[in-house]
Amino acid sequence: MSLTSAHSVVAPSATSKRVAGTIIVLYALISIVPLLWIFATSFKTPPDSIAYPPKILFQPSLEGYCNLFTTRTRQTPEYINSLGPATGFCDETTRKRNMVIAGPSNFMPRFVNSLIIAFGSTFCAVFLGTLSAYGFSRFKVPLADDLLFFILSTRMMPPIAVAIPIYLMYRELGLSDTALGMILLYTAVNVSLAVWLLKGFIDEIPREYEEAAMIDGYTRLQAFWRTVLPQATTGIAATAIFCLIFAWNEYAFAALLTSGTAQTAPPFIPTIIGEGGQDWPAVAAGTTIFLVPILVFTILLRKQLLRGITFGAVRK
Amino acid sequence: MLNRTADSVARATPEPLARKVRGISDKGLAWLFISPTILLLLAINIFPLFWAIYLSFTNYRANRPNEIVKNVGLANYRRILGDQDIWIAMQTTAHFVFWTILLQTLIGFTLAWLIDRKFRGHAFWTTIILVPMMLSPAVVGNFWRFLYEPQIGLFAYAVSFVTGIPATEIGMLSNVSLAPWSIVIVDTWMWTPYVMLICLAGLRSIPEYIYEAAEVDRASNWRQFWSITLPMALPFIMLAVLFRGIENFKMFDMVNLLTGGGPGSTTEVASITLKRQAFESWRTGYSSAFAIILFVAVFGLANIYVKALNKVKQR
Repeated sequence: MSLTSAHSVVAPSATSKRVAGTIIVLYALISIVPLLWIFATSFKTPPDSIAYPPKILFQPSLEGYCNLFTTRTRQTPEYINSLGPATGFCDETTRKRNMVIAGPSNFMPRFVNSLIIAFGSTFCAVFLGTLSAYGFSRFKVPLADDLLFFILSTRMMPPIAVAIPIYLMYRELGLSDTALGMILLYTAVNVSLAVWLLKGFIDEIPREYEEAAMIDGYTRLQAFWRTVLPQATTGIAATAIFCLIFAWNEYAFAALLTSGTAQTAPPFIPTIIGEGGQDWPAVAAGTTIFLVPILVFTILLRKQLLRGITFGAVRK
Repeated sequence: MLNRTADSVARATPEPLARKVRGISDKGLAWLFISPTILLLLAINIFPLFWAIYLSFTNYRANRPNEIVKNVGLANYRRILGDQDIWIAMQTTAHFVFWTILLQTLIGFTLAWLIDRKFRGHAFWTTIILVPMMLSPAVVGNFWRFLYEPQIGLFAYAVSFVTGIPATEIGMLSNVSLAPWSIVIVDTWMWTPYVMLICLAGLRSIPEYIYEAAEVDRASNWRQFWSITLPMALPFIMLAVLFRGIENFKMFDMVNLLTGGGPGSTTEVASITLKRQAFESWRTGYSSAFAIILFVAVFGLANIYVKALNKVKQR
């Protein structure tokens, strides 16, 4: 036996720890580069963004963000000179490129659509999911396993396959390109995740709490409301964040079923075009704004992540 | 004496009746709680599914709603199974699913195994590694087009820096033989953390005393890995493969934005073909039939796989 295994026979040696640590840190750094590049590109000017070799050091600029929120038209220098003094940073930068701001871009409305649809569908999915999960967890439901499997199986269908009949159905019902239609659809997709996750969380709350409450004279409904729900808060919050992330990131349904008024950010961001092709700093700016909420949620969710991504199949 | 009477009365009262007295019965409440979810899924998932099954036997085209719909029987299904393009799309999908799962499992398991050494700061670096999988595959996939640009793209630059091939010649998205790998790379980058996280849970579930016993028996590290670590983590690895397999079989968003199925149809996975048939050629009946075939395939394969998984778990 070597000296390093003095305290525990199975603890990894110091050398193996160091080697493992180095490889993991290297992998983490390399895998994060594309995201850092998105962030960096959002602060480049268009010429800097397409320089060769790619620029790592550059003069940061907010032009990408200006271009993201505005639409611009090219004008003659005489016309631009005839205008009054520039009213702000964006105005000034735009004029330097021989253009004037024509108006706001569609990014804000699309971003707001994303917010409305993501939060609306998350609320509905978690509401329905909590009720069903409680039902499945506490009562003897006939064919419970089959119903639960049915709920899960709806998630196995390829989104495009679902989208064909949904497209026709929404056209008949007048739900095409409406926020309500998208909320209904995302609720249906998310409710399967919500039921499976929340059932796991509620199963872990001892039944004795409710039984004690019911002996004290509460009805089943009151016991659910006053004892189970407060206990399940963490689980409900984690489930809500997972539903929110799905709805926020969803692209296939949004791209096929919305085109204008109800379009969300994911199908919109790739269409941001500047003169002569994609305006990469503006795309990067939109991507950055779009990704930041998810980064925050990922850090908040760290501990529940495993459960969420496996539909509650793996718990730590 | 009095106690015994109270006891027998309590036992004689059927439980559901006792509860019915206070508000709604348990059974009623159960259905009240569960039915909204079931109804929603019936309306948004099952009804459309049956509609799609009906459409798959017709020649309906969604862009010509006024045309008379003809029942064509099994013609759509027969045409799909004889269609060369569909088989090429299935091959492309198989290539994509096989390589992404192989790479993600190998890299993911290795990373988990290394993280399990519990070096200092491992929790922080694990969180960093997990970030890519939480992001929108569509939005991030779209940005990879920029990274893949020959010459100005960071990826091409890095590859040419390492290999010495001129950066202008690395056209990941325009080269017919490289394009299928471009989607494999992005998917592997995004989803390796997913496999890693599940494998890590598997490794952490192995009780330490088994290793201690092996150490007492003087089993080599190599032997311990093959007879303890791998078999005990196998159910978790298989679960990760199941989830990734289903997801990648229906892959659409990342590929649609990154290559759109091109150049030509070299990266046209099944979902892209389906979208082209359904929403560009508007062959609604034909594409419904294809959608049903895909759904049956996912469902069937997943079922067989789950059976195998349960067998491994029981061992």
